[in-house]
Amino acid sequence: MAGSTPVSATVSAGGAPGVLVTPEARRPPISPWQDAWRRFRKHRLAVVCSGILITMIVAVLVGPLFYRVPIDGIDFSVRLQGPSWDHPLGTDDLGQDLLARILYGGRISLAVGFAAMFVAVFVGVLVGSLAGMAGGKTDAALMWVTDLFLSLPQLPLLLLIIYLFRDALTGVVGPEMGVFILIVTIIGLFNWMQVARLVRAQFFSLREKEFVEAARALGASRFRLVWKHILPNALGPVIVAATIDVAAAIIAESTLSFLGLGFPPDIPTWGRLLFDAKDNLDFAPHWALFPGLAIFLTVLSINFVGDGLRDALDPRRVK
Amino acid sequence: MSASTTQARPVPAAVGQRLLEISGLKVHFRTDDGMVRAVDGVDIGVDRGETVCVVGESGCGKTVTAMTVLKLIAMPPGKIVAGSIMFEGRDIVPMSPAQMRAIRSKQIGIVFQEPMTSLNPVYTVGQQIAETVRHHEGLSKKAAYERAADMLRLVNIPSPQRRVHDYPHQFSGGMRQRVMIAMALSCNPKLLIADEPTTALDVTIQAQILELLTEMKERLGMAVMLITHAMGVVAETAQRVVVMYAGKVVEEATVEDLFANPRHPYTQGLIRSIPRIDLAATTHTRLEAIPGTVPSLLNPPKGCRFAARCRYVTEACLAAEPPLVEKAPGHKAACIL
Amino acid sequence: MIAIPSLLGISVILFTVLALAPGDPFEELATNPAIPPEVRLQLRASLGMDDPIYIRYFRWLFAMLQGEWGFSFVSRINVDQLILQRLPTTLIVIGSSQILALAIALPVGVLAATRPYSIFDQVVNTLAFVGFSLPTFFTGLLFIMFFSIWLGWLPFVYNTNITATGWQWWWEHIRQSIMPVLVLGLFQGAAWTRFVRSAVLDVIRLDHVTTARAKGLPESRVTIRHVVRNALIPVVTLVALQMPIVFGGAIVTEQIFRVPGIGSLLITAILANDTPVIMAVTFVFACLVIFFNLLADIIYGWLDPRISYR
Ligand SMILES: Nc1ncnc2c1ncn2[C@@H]1O[C@H](COP(=O)(O)OP(=O)(O)O)[C@@H](O)[C@H]1O
Ligand code: SF4
Ligand SMILES: [Mg+2]
Repeated sequence: MAGSTPVSATVSAGGAPGVLVTPEARRPPISPWQDAWRRFRKHRLAVVCSGILITMIVAVLVGPLFYRVPIDGIDFSVRLQGPSWDHPLGTDDLGQDLLARILYGGRISLAVGFAAMFVAVFVGVLVGSLAGMAGGKTDAALMWVTDLFLSLPQLPLLLLIIYLFRDALTGVVGPEMGVFILIVTIIGLFNWMQVARLVRAQFFSLREKEFVEAARALGASRFRLVWKHILPNALGPVIVAATIDVAAAIIAESTLSFLGLGFPPDIPTWGRLLFDAKDNLDFAPHWALFPGLAIFLTVLSINFVGDGLRDALDPRRVK
Repeated sequence: MSASTTQARPVPAAVGQRLLEISGLKVHFRTDDGMVRAVDGVDIGVDRGETVCVVGESGCGKTVTAMTVLKLIAMPPGKIVAGSIMFEGRDIVPMSPAQMRAIRSKQIGIVFQEPMTSLNPVYTVGQQIAETVRHHEGLSKKAAYERAADMLRLVNIPSPQRRVHDYPHQFSGGMRQRVMIAMALSCNPKLLIADEPTTALDVTIQAQILELLTEMKERLGMAVMLITHAMGVVAETAQRVVVMYAGKVVEEATVEDLFANPRHPYTQGLIRSIPRIDLAATTHTRLEAIPGTVPSLLNPPKGCRFAARCRYVTEACLAAEPPLVEKAPGHKAACIL
Repeated sequence: MIAIPSLLGISVILFTVLALAPGDPFEELATNPAIPPEVRLQLRASLGMDDPIYIRYFRWLFAMLQGEWGFSFVSRINVDQLILQRLPTTLIVIGSSQILALAIALPVGVLAATRPYSIFDQVVNTLAFVGFSLPTFFTGLLFIMFFSIWLGWLPFVYNTNITATGWQWWWEHIRQSIMPVLVLGLFQGAAWTRFVRSAVLDVIRLDHVTTARAKGLPESRVTIRHVVRNALIPVVTLVALQMPIVFGGAIVTEQIFRVPGIGSLLITAILANDTPVIMAVTFVFACLVIFFNLLADIIYGWLDPRISYR
């Protein structure tokens, strides 16, 4: 990618034989975060995409405060109109304003993305720490489960689970919240595997390290050990994985909505907008284009930011 | 250890003619942090049928020098900045890739330091040797396999007819290095470059591989450029020695001269650091390692590059880099002493 | 033989989901006048709804493995028949798209990796990011807008009853398969291009590649025989890991273009509350994923001699 560190730069130049001296090690001491920022900045696309992403997040959060057009204002006189001054992104078959609906849908997509990512990271850290701490048979079993989850047919299962559980949960917390909890939980439960592996790997690479031994000898509790020593070291790769998880979750949610099996029909998520638009492609292409572009731009930006973060936080990995 | 341990060897007919002449070679690598001057003015000559040892600590540019002779360094980031590499009177530096391919293996064979990774794990050793001879000599598949088996027999691998069909992971480190040597010699090259061929091996195996190299040289009559960081190896195998330090040649002499009368303080240090022969087989301890480390090749110090570690350092050493000059007939050194 | 434990594992997960599901998934059949009560009772019995859980699991598993998947409420035929009718279409679409993906990813990924950080590499990398950031449902709609509506070249709905005969029949089938295959193939191709590129970059730095060059082999031979051949080993693993995503994409694509495969069957069944079909299709997808993992294991062993000798 543009501005990435060439492979050869990590070859040690001079220094003690057998000791890998990365170029960074010989710079005047600066904090690891400054160093990460310096590497991130080199990835021009990642920087541009962080800008796009932040703009989109701000837009969906505060946009509706300024753009006060209702998401469900039905007006048949303006149905299926292309972009105009009154309706910057046009209208749908009921004359509802698409910009308002996309801003609203963006909140849901991003909320699902981040919430599912937190579920995934939580489960991943839990499973990874358990496996790393226990070792032996527990570890082997947990890793088997991790591999198993990696080979689950996710979308069919997702559809099956939502089909089976939606009504029960909807009855308890209402249709919108019910589906939200369901989708976030399940998508999260399908995406924790990478984080678990990373955290576990950190355990094994740090197990022999002196400071962990010392901390243990001093009677540090296991929880403290994980919290103070293991996790901070695994943080970089975990952040990268978490970023990609957000994108995966947004795609998963949009897919469900696009199949008509996600949020209730009156909630205009981006996927739902596409679902509604797909039978009107010939006379109202804008209806499908704008929500589709919103998903695409968000996912693309997140993926590029993830790539930049990988350069910044996980420099040892050759892409 | 002294020169008396090196025995006189049968001298092949063509000795005396220059086969390889590296002069003023500079190879630099462009990195994020600046130019790494890995090889910064190196002169090495190898006569036909002769064994020349190149010694120096890790990181002083031996591998880069060897790889440059076959133009195997990555360019970029590497670049041959100056100098010439004459092989049989023709300069390798300006040669086209096609001309280089005709020289590789056919004229100059090379053996690398890491036998565990130097062979492709997905092909049998027979396939890998046969590939070389088929490419250069256009042999049939069958003939190439026969040659491969012959080569394995030559390097003393037991039951070669069967072993040609084995994969590299089925060989031990020492055996893989034998395979590498067999492969490098399979087209009967005029020069064999062996880049620390024993460093990655057990001590007992090291001796066997050196013995094999000596035997091969006697039977096939090629010249050998043996790269090593251990002075002990030099005494046992070479006729002439080139000592490298921080990308430069600091001393060059016959083995006898060098051990009897080392001129450069670095060479003296290297000789002092040879493990005693009676301990060599059982210990790895350096009796008297040179204190300090090779300086950064990113910004080599001004003046003599060895100054920081030299016990005889003076003001004059820091002022200007001492050139490589003839101190005695056939004995050059780069030191103001 | 990794496949059997994973099949058991996936079946346990599937069964747990079913067992945890609130209520009796067959309850509403009782109120559905279209379903005769015998069928409902037979279904309950075949699934042994009243036995202890582990017995229910094994009975369920054996029934599933024997293809006793029950009766579709909607289509009024046996589920196994229904799935067998539709499976070939799904496999053909997925198969052709994977071939397309490979045909893109291998040459492009290798070319990009052998010229790292060149303009070509950067363009490829950016396009690859765009490719797998474009969700299949959006690409599908874009293709319909472009090829069907704007250019009018391709039909946007799959037609199962093509009346033409001879080569005309083939041509119509190919024409209507182009978009679904393209949508899936481009998406996977983008992801795999990155896999190939990074695998080739990893291999190209290895010592044995230098050895191959030192032999005097032409660069093309070094790349194909000593770099790409070895890079295929990790690529196979990564591709196997992508199979769940491939099947997810197939469901979406079939739905968009109304391809009569098991993916669109699943969606139709869910919208129609056709529980036996939903479960059977999910189970078939699970088996397909495992089958492809098994295939990947076999290819892996065949590509890497170190495995078969272990
Ligand atoms: N591709 C490269 N990029 C940057 N520096 C390099 C590269 N290859 C070698 N070097 C540098 O060149 C110097 C000499 O290396 P080398 O020839 O391998 O030493 P030796 O073989 O004597 O141990 C080292 O400092 C090394 O870091
Ligand atoms: S020139 Fe000076 S510093 Fe360098 S080796 Fe000779 S005495 Fe030592
Ligand atoms: Mg070396």
